[in-house]
Amino acid sequence: MTADVATISEPGASMARPARRRFSWSFLGVLPFFLFTLVFLVFPVGFLILGSFQDSANGNALTLGNYADLTTPTVARAFSNSIEISLVTAIMGAVFGLLLAYAVILGGLPKFLRTFMMTFSGVASNFAGIPLALAFLFTVGNLGLVTVWLKSTFHIDLVNDLGFKILSKLGLEIVYLYFQLPLMVLIIAPAIDGLKKEWREASENMGASPRQYWQYVALPILLPSILGCTVLLFGNAFGAQATAYQLTSGQIPLVTLLIGAQISGDVLHNPGLAYAMAMGMVVIMGVSIVLYSILQRRSERWLR
Amino acid sequence: MTLSGPSLGTRETLSSIQSSAATPPRPRRFGAGKVISWVVFLLAMLYFFLPLLATFDFAMKAKPEWAAFTNTFKDAKFFGTLLYSFTIGLITIVVSTLIIVPTAYWVRLRLPRLRPIVEFVTLMPFVIPPIVMVFGLIKSFSKGPLPLAASDQGNHVLLVAAYTILSFPYMYRAVDSGLRTIDVKSLTEAGQSLGSSTFRILWSVIFPNLRIAILSGAFLTLAIVIGEFTIAVYLNRPAFGPYLQNLGQNKSYEPAAVSLISFGLTWIAMAFIALLGRTSQGRGGGQVEVGGAH
Repeated sequence: MTADVATISEPGASMARPARRRFSWSFLGVLPFFLFTLVFLVFPVGFLILGSFQDSANGNALTLGNYADLTTPTVARAFSNSIEISLVTAIMGAVFGLLLAYAVILGGLPKFLRTFMMTFSGVASNFAGIPLALAFLFTVGNLGLVTVWLKSTFHIDLVNDLGFKILSKLGLEIVYLYFQLPLMVLIIAPAIDGLKKEWREASENMGASPRQYWQYVALPILLPSILGCTVLLFGNAFGAQATAYQLTSGQIPLVTLLIGAQISGDVLHNPGLAYAMAMGMVVIMGVSIVLYSILQRRSERWLR
Repeated sequence: MTLSGPSLGTRETLSSIQSSAATPPRPRRFGAGKVISWVVFLLAMLYFFLPLLATFDFAMKAKPEWAAFTNTFKDAKFFGTLLYSFTIGLITIVVSTLIIVPTAYWVRLRLPRLRPIVEFVTLMPFVIPPIVMVFGLIKSFSKGPLPLAASDQGNHVLLVAAYTILSFPYMYRAVDSGLRTIDVKSLTEAGQSLGSSTFRILWSVIFPNLRIAILSGAFLTLAIVIGEFTIAVYLNRPAFGPYLQNLGQNKSYEPAAVSLISFGLTWIAMAFIALLGRTSQGRGGGQVEVGGAH
């Protein structure tokens, strides 16, 4: 507004001064935000980045050795476990989450079930960590409800007959799905809502079968969203720590658990390596977020 | 949740018109789809509620009846840690609101060019997982000019700081979509022509208009903070998450009871968010996304 007044009163070289003054003032408004993130986000992460390039055994000399050490068997196995579990639960979560979201949104179920499912998804995707791990121990653990029921009713022993152990990758994946699936429902719902009924009607009018509608119209439109959400689920599982901490007590090495163990005591015997691991995590998470936002932008071309 | 509902009505009438006219296969296909939808939904419900049922069943195995719950309520540590997490959650909400509202307001009104940067920063919790965040905080604040991690008080500060950063994505999204629904520019100009300072405009015009948006972000933050484990345990805080973990190692039935209570608390927070979304109807409450502390 000051700029407007200025241009009216002296229409010439006036733009520069008010604009600059406005800038210096407005910067104050976002200053707390940037100061806070500088102190509590940039500084700690910067510390980790710096540490990951330092050789702690050798007077903190600059080195790339920590990153090379990421290939040591313990660390590499933790990364491959984490990636595998995240990938499996992301894909399973995406497929089943899509089915479930479709069922409650367009599947002809009563409308209140949709509202219920959305609220429940909000709860379940936040219901993670320790209580979730405990709930599954009570379900399919050694004395769990399902375990005992299968044994007493069908004489099936989950552990001995089916070879299922909660303390396994599969067990962990089943537990992770409890927050992956609802998250998928929540984030894919807008995309499913965005499928305009005109598209379906148009394809039906042109004689398309439901399969053709899905193959040539709906899926291509949904695909960027589905892929983007899958990537987001991957990151969601990759960063998870508490659930696995409670469930496996470290028996299945994951990146998050290994970093946690390193905080409690120097299990890797090399602080620099832990920094490099943390950076490895950040890179993987960063790539997945960038991929997600690219795919999300693509999906917005059609939806809404 | 301002998203319009599915267009079933029209389609159902459409297909019934068509079926009464000439093409009989159509309603059957529709029926099959409905059956599959029900099957998918019921299977999902089984998967979601079986663990809850099992937890309840396990809690009820304690003798005498309900002992797992009554013991929990007799445990001073239960209330102590819950109160601690609740207090930390409230402080986090206040700090986060005080930082995010002015920032979102300024970005919308004066500094639209900064929007991508601010959005990028608020999304950092999705890039930097809690375990890495707490690792960095402990390492960088244990020595040097600000040895916060070395003292008890300092660790409280670090916990609030970490949770504030965790809350940024939810708070910023909620507040920003709240700002979208009010005419920030006109309100600000009105305030200015009445002689208000910027601070006054923020406090008595913008804040009240964003009440619902802030509240929905706040409830989500509270839900996340109360259940959070990773950051609290490594900062060695007497929070609810570490308490439950410790309980799980030492007791048999009480952890089941506490897990259910924790689920109930999350449910209450989410119910409030849904309620706010319904009353606001597009005023910027509504659907807030998730992805808390796993």
